[in-house]
Amino acid sequence: VLDSGARLQPIRPPWGSTRVTSANLPPTRQPDEHLVRALVHDLDTGFVELFQAYRHVVFSTALRISGRWADAEDLTAESFLRAYRALSGYRRTRILALRPRSWLLTITLNLWRNHERDAARQPRCEPWEQGLDHAPDPPDPRADVERTVARRETDRELAALLTALPAEQRAAVVLRHVVDLPIAEIAEILGRPEGTVKSDISRGLRLARALLEPPPAANSDPLTSKPTEVRV
Amino acid sequence: MTPADDWFLAEHDPLIAGLAALAIDGPLGLLERIAASWVRVPGPVCDLYVASTDRGVVYVRTSDAVHDDAAEFAALFHHRFTRPLLAGAHPPAELPPALHADRPTGIRFDLDELSAFEREVLLAVLTIPRGQVRPYAWVADQIGAPAAIGAIDTVLLQNPVPVLIPCHRVIHADGTVGDHVFGPPVKRALLDAEGTNLGEVYELAQQDVHYLASETTGVVCFPTCPNARGSRHGFRSVAEAEVAGYHPCPACRPTSTEAG
Repeated sequence: VLDSGARLQPIRPPWGSTRVTSANLPPTRQPDEHLVRALVHDLDTGFVELFQAYRHVVFSTALRISGRWADAEDLTAESFLRAYRALSGYRRTRILALRPRSWLLTITLNLWRNHERDAARQPRCEPWEQGLDHAPDPPDPRADVERTVARRETDRELAALLTALPAEQRAAVVLRHVVDLPIAEIAEILGRPEGTVKSDISRGLRLARALLEPPPAANSDPLTSKPTEVRV
Repeated sequence: MTPADDWFLAEHDPLIAGLAALAIDGPLGLLERIAASWVRVPGPVCDLYVASTDRGVVYVRTSDAVHDDAAEFAALFHHRFTRPLLAGAHPPAELPPALHADRPTGIRFDLDELSAFEREVLLAVLTIPRGQVRPYAWVADQIGAPAAIGAIDTVLLQNPVPVLIPCHRVIHADGTVGDHVFGPPVKRALLDAEGTNLGEVYELAQQDVHYLASETTGVVCFPTCPNARGSRHGFRSVAEAEVAGYHPCPACRPTSTEAG
């Protein structure tokens, strides 16, 4: 009975009342209380727990906003290092009041923006080809080979698609639909009003759709010309 | 977006499902880029606590210096480095051989948090072989800063990786050992453990002899250099030895600009 239930999960994601939940991310609301207490008790061992609890969220965000494996590793390592530096200067009460996930992702997003700003001053090479082709995909023991191959193609296509979105839309879409955060938390992380975040997400999705299914008209480039027909 | 939209999107929209599938586990090895790890290994005078990052050895204390207390080692580490320190399972492979080799070959150091000057000083000191000593002026000369003897003394007293980068092999020109991260007695003990003939260096210095030239090898050396062997002549300066027909030894590299 348990086994069949587990097998059903990837087909029917167990979402809450209204929100879609990514099937491959463990629930992250509960352990925060335990984590901040562990950090207060012993910063170094608590930090390892923090890293284990949130490395997938931070790395997923970093990989999908940057589009490059090496950049994602740098961003993730630097985010956690900055987090540790900040924590070592925080008082107990401040650590206990932390919401680690949004705090960590705020650091990651700030680092990424700074990185992009610096990179914009230097000539860029093509955005995603090198790193992502060598990127290992998440292992999925349930999938058979054919499905895995098909999924990898889709993943690569979608990952490339994300890097074509404007920065703010990309960040909002990644936080909402890749790492599955609620709108309020995304607004906090990006430092933007919820309304703006929602409109960034829907505009980002609309553009992504247009890029996925280009209108039949010849030679139309959805990035530069306005798509004639869009689905939301 | 209404809840109904959300439901519709998830159930029927390959884009939303595809984006959700892009979440990926962070590589476990990333922790090594963030945290340092420490081990305790047998050292020449007493045990050593050694902290390493993924780039190399970053911090060393003797067990005496931390009262053989891992927590005290961690406190000293954190005073200097703002990164997590975890207990390591085993020492880096190149560490035990480096402690016994003539020169620490193959061992990597993480000196990223030091200034360019500090790194230069320490890398120059790293080339001094076991069993030998050099005056502070030699280090100054090696890094092309002959006037920086005082600054070099300060850098060596703050050497984050003593013993492995052998700052104990740098002594005063008058043959006295001078100060050390762990104090002069430990410095002397480290040199004794390496079989350094400190007594001879001191006696020669008292006679104003800082270099020995060898008739066997035809070169002028620091007294502890193995090339200063056979029939030897003492000199106050390299310049005087050069006048007498000797060449500066290519191994221990004495130079005429040294203050002596």
